[in-house]
Amino acid sequence: MLKFFLRRFIIAVCVAVTVSIIGFCLLRMSGDLAAVLAGENASPEDISRIAASYGLDRPYYIQYLDWVTSALRGDLGRSLFTNEPVSGLIMDRIGVTAGLAVASLLLALLIAVPLGVLAAVKANTWVDRSALVFSVAGQATPSFWLALLLILVFAVQLRWVPVSGSGTAAHFILPVITLAVSIMPSTMRITRAGMMEVLSSDYVRTARAKGLAPFKVLFKHALRNAILPVVSLAAVQLGLLLGGSVIVESIFALNGVGYLAFQSIVRVDFPVVQSILMFLACSYIILTLLSDLINAKLDPRVQLT
Amino acid sequence: MSSVSDAVSPPALKPGRIDEFDTLAPSPKALMRRRARSHIGLIIGASLLAFVVIVAIFAPLLAPYDPYAQDLTRRLVDPVWGPKGTWENIFGTDALGRDVLSRLMYGARISLLIGFTAAVIAGIIGATLGILGGYFGGRVDSFIVYLINVKLALPVILIALSVSSISGGSIPALIILLGFLTWDRYAVVTRSMTQQMREREFIMSSLAAGASHTRIIMREIFPNLLNQIIVIASLDMALIILIEAALSFLGLGVRPPMPSWGLMVSEGRAVMFFKPYLIMIPGAAIFLLVIAINMAGDGIRDVTSPEGRG
Repeated sequence: MLKFFLRRFIIAVCVAVTVSIIGFCLLRMSGDLAAVLAGENASPEDISRIAASYGLDRPYYIQYLDWVTSALRGDLGRSLFTNEPVSGLIMDRIGVTAGLAVASLLLALLIAVPLGVLAAVKANTWVDRSALVFSVAGQATPSFWLALLLILVFAVQLRWVPVSGSGTAAHFILPVITLAVSIMPSTMRITRAGMMEVLSSDYVRTARAKGLAPFKVLFKHALRNAILPVVSLAAVQLGLLLGGSVIVESIFALNGVGYLAFQSIVRVDFPVVQSILMFLACSYIILTLLSDLINAKLDPRVQLT
Repeated sequence: MSSVSDAVSPPALKPGRIDEFDTLAPSPKALMRRRARSHIGLIIGASLLAFVVIVAIFAPLLAPYDPYAQDLTRRLVDPVWGPKGTWENIFGTDALGRDVLSRLMYGARISLLIGFTAAVIAGIIGATLGILGGYFGGRVDSFIVYLINVKLALPVILIALSVSSISGGSIPALIILLGFLTWDRYAVVTRSMTQQMREREFIMSSLAAGASHTRIIMREIFPNLLNQIIVIASLDMALIILIEAALSFLGLGVRPPMPSWGLMVSEGRAVMFFKPYLIMIPGAAIFLLVIAINMAGDGIRDVTSPEGRG
């Protein structure tokens, strides 16, 4: 187990390093940062002065090493826009984004898992088909559009919740629904597929044959095994939700990491963008590592190699 | 599924001629056509997709107005079903007096062009990596699995937004960017399918007959993966269209005055409380196009590999 963990951990660290290099290069090479920062009417002298003052005129590898060494010491640089330390900017907003992601994940699981079980139990009936229609439609709905429709209906027409901002818990209702809808279809499909497989297995037949109540067979025997893929998917989805928060937080003006990322991209605040990129990538890497470990723990069939 | 025709057709026949002699049982292709004709999802999805493609190709002939022509005397005209709507502008006009229907028709070009080309680029990258990893195994495979893990850890939306913002958001730049950000699913699926196929008899016999690796990959493995790759391409194209719409909506994808559907939703947002149709119509267009592509893709999967129905 320890060897398995160590191996996975080393790979995860390597992946994080590679991602940091790629992310860094993408931000530097997709355009002239100094020219974008200087604005449209800047003279070449202005641009080279800005490049020099932010250290953008140095070779890429030196810029990268400089950034990495200070990042490892906990110094993520300062925002070009507000001059605040980037780490502080992110820490102030993590709560909003993490809360949003966890709440959306819980809501999605709460709806999609029972629905997936139901679809598997009633396979090929109208229940199954409506669940399928629901999942196809959910997958095809752009989340920014769904957010606007929810605002139109629930905030403007019905006035049940506020339009935007992050003052009260009510402000989070629509963003949570928007994000939850984006991951419900895949969760439901995986639950259904897992449940279908388990329901046709021998041990479930045995449990039924010995006269256990259908409810008990379903939730005590079958679901326990069918839920395994859902657990590993949930970790991946939590990572996706953190990334997806960029869109949803921008629409609802929620003061989280995603909105900060959007604002920083618009005003070319690259130290902030770079740090958020690494923050999202590392959360994803840590979450998938955790889910691997949980899966290895839950499922003795997983080979520890 | 091919066992039926294998059993009844003499081995000397060329594959293309099996149909003529095969009177005992329908050939796999005939079975496939039969399944395709009775698959409602495939029919609806493919027809809807074909409709959008035709509208996109013939937009200059079909569109009633120039999609860029502003008419400030006819701003925010209701669509035909609205209180003051007329047949002159069936879907109404936007805040600059541009005809929404014409913009929608030209916008289909942007979505389809970006979605299709980026999905092809992603498919080439992903399938190449997946097949190489699955076929050669060992260190090559470990390296490719590592690349896939790195790709999965990249936050797609954030990278797409920032790169598109710095590089200026031209359509070719967006296509390359989205192609490079969405190849993972191709790689994962083709890798595991190639791994399974490698152990099959027809590969073994090719190897024994002295075929080169290139030949085996191009002539034996790739053709057998093609159906699967097309199915993934449909899912990927739908995903890319959604990402492009989101980027354009946030103002960092396709730039104004281009009629990207995501951009149209974003332009309608300012007046959505009074003129909700300006966000409803382009949003519904994205929704329908993505549904059509997904339904067609699911349909192709069911029809080409009935045993793999999920």
